[in-house]
Amino acid sequence: MEKFTPIESRPAPLVEVGIIGWMRRNLFSSIPNTLVTIFTAYMLWIVLVPFLNWAFISSDWFGESRHDCTSGGACWVFVTVRWNLFMYGFYPEDSYWRPNLAFILLIAIIAWLSIPNLPFKKWVGIAAITIYPVVAYTLLYGGFGLDVIPTHRWGGLMLTLVLALIGIVVAIPIGILLALGRRSEMPVIKMVCVIFIEFWRGVPLITILFMASVMLPLFFAGGTDADKLMRALIGIVMFQSAYMAEVVRGGLQALSKGQFEGADALGLSYWQKMNLVVLPQALKIMIPGIVNTLISLFKDTSLIVIIGLLDVLGMVRQALSDPAWLGYPAEGYLFAAFMFWIFCFSMSRYSIYLEDRLNTGHRN
Amino acid sequence: MKKIATIVGAAMAVTAAAGVNASTLDSVKNRGALQCGVSDGLPGFSATDSAGRWQGLDADFCRAVAAAVLGDAEKVNFVSLTATERFTALQSGEIDVLSRNSTWTLTRDASLGLNFAGVNYYDGQGFLVSKDLGVDSALELDGASVCIQSGTTTELNLADYFRMNGMSYEPVLYDTSDQTTAGFEAGRCDILTSDQSQLSALRLQLSNPDAAVVLPEIISKEPLGPVVRQGDDVWFNIVKWTLFAKINAEEMGITSANADEMLSSDDPSVQRLLGSSGNMGELLRLENNWAYNIVKQVGNYGEVFERTVGTGSPLNIERGLNALWTNGGIQYAPPVR
Repeated sequence: MEKFTPIESRPAPLVEVGIIGWMRRNLFSSIPNTLVTIFTAYMLWIVLVPFLNWAFISSDWFGESRHDCTSGGACWVFVTVRWNLFMYGFYPEDSYWRPNLAFILLIAIIAWLSIPNLPFKKWVGIAAITIYPVVAYTLLYGGFGLDVIPTHRWGGLMLTLVLALIGIVVAIPIGILLALGRRSEMPVIKMVCVIFIEFWRGVPLITILFMASVMLPLFFAGGTDADKLMRALIGIVMFQSAYMAEVVRGGLQALSKGQFEGADALGLSYWQKMNLVVLPQALKIMIPGIVNTLISLFKDTSLIVIIGLLDVLGMVRQALSDPAWLGYPAEGYLFAAFMFWIFCFSMSRYSIYLEDRLNTGHRN
Repeated sequence: MKKIATIVGAAMAVTAAAGVNASTLDSVKNRGALQCGVSDGLPGFSATDSAGRWQGLDADFCRAVAAAVLGDAEKVNFVSLTATERFTALQSGEIDVLSRNSTWTLTRDASLGLNFAGVNYYDGQGFLVSKDLGVDSALELDGASVCIQSGTTTELNLADYFRMNGMSYEPVLYDTSDQTTAGFEAGRCDILTSDQSQLSALRLQLSNPDAAVVLPEIISKEPLGPVVRQGDDVWFNIVKWTLFAKINAEEMGITSANADEMLSSDDPSVQRLLGSSGNMGELLRLENNWAYNIVKQVGNYGEVFERTVGTGSPLNIERGLNALWTNGGIQYAPPVR
């Protein structure tokens, strides 16, 4: 009896596997699909190729003045000669180490807190909200033997980060308190929180900044010179905490009533209930919402240009009016956009990572 | 909008009267630095170079005041201000002097609690045309299409001018000055109109600046000058005479290069200005060598003009109205005596 030998399986036809197969399935599966593919490819060709050529292939990167831009493409020299200005504004050059150190410390703390399995997290966390702000303030502004560098010399990316970080760090706790207050059963607290939230949410940020910079100084005349950056910062924090409060409220309402009742049944106090049962679940649900608010806050910081504070976008616009460098708006704005994109994109990736890590099965 | 402006104006005037009492001169001396308000970037007037140093006609005026008051032109804290907040910053005492291409008008002088200390630059609205058009004067522009930045006084001045001369035009409106330039370059319009000082900067942004030319006509008056708070006449005098000293120095031929030799000049008016005789500085409550410091450290009016906006700069603006009265312009300063 002959033993049955199956025919050896042949590889799938070349047109069905690999890149070609993928393309046949996804790009050229039908006539309309093929037409769309060809059209899109053509559009990419006529847009992307000149852009890449302009931005990378025939561009100039190093030099001293506009005369070094000879290849006809993008003149990145405009950005490189002003790199320090775009990063630090008018901060004195011999003190650049101070903001650098402050941000390195911050990154170290964030890394420590976000990498799993490192010890002493609790203590690092406590230091981050108690000691670090004092250290950072001293480094950036001065005091304790360091020269005072007034805030009107701050600028560039450094100012953007200062505004965004302080906005974020202060707005989250205030926002949580406001949201809890709004759901409180005590009428006065509830009233105050509702009025606060609805007031700040009802005015555009640009109006708040204008009020802070144009109207407020008229009210404290006679030398009481509240710092312009401080005024803007308070405005931003108020505005963002109102938004944050509504995000948090959304998270609180998403929790089923049973969680609250269960905690009550266990005899937990109000704060125990919030800290141990409600907020850990609610905050997890809120991550996309919170990060969304943070990203919009980060971008909103560029509005301070209208009150004459020069963040990274402001420094770029300022640089565009240097008579020796007129005519490079494309390079300048692209650079600013890229800076913003880097930070916003990292925030968004980090939020996805957090969601995955904290996922305990509530998400489908 | 008008109502708001009135309220803000009234609030400013009240604050001006009640608010900043201390003498500005004393507070500048105590601080050891002048707080000077400049624009957030206008080529040739106040803009930072690639080293982060403020350059321009307005920025150098700040340096001149610092040189006169503190003896050191570098003791200036530049505060960049937007157009809307500039006057508040002055009223609230955040800055001591505003040197930010601000047009001197009756409303501003009379209702904001401010004093304009003179005219640092006579600007006016002008036209940029492509050379291909073959036009030498604005009066030949009948029927032309005009690129304008919308919502500016420029738009109104243009309408007035064309109506007054019985000509028609077709407006092409843009939001920002960058877009306006791009529109002109793309041939959407025959002419572009804006303040003359800005036209020169816009012209440089064209891919071929030599293909366009700024017409000589000026159709509006835009005298730009430094501003101080009302009610502090000592400080007002100092700022006013800082400007006059720069203009007088040019008229007398004193430059930053020859200021030291001119100290021993026989001309009594030069001696009085530079402080080698007389007590002009004391009358202003300054050191007697105040004007010497200005000219030596910053330069006379003509030097600064040429360096920042004139032929020594990329903007290449003609002196025109800003030439001395002895040279056909209208820059004229009262005598130092």
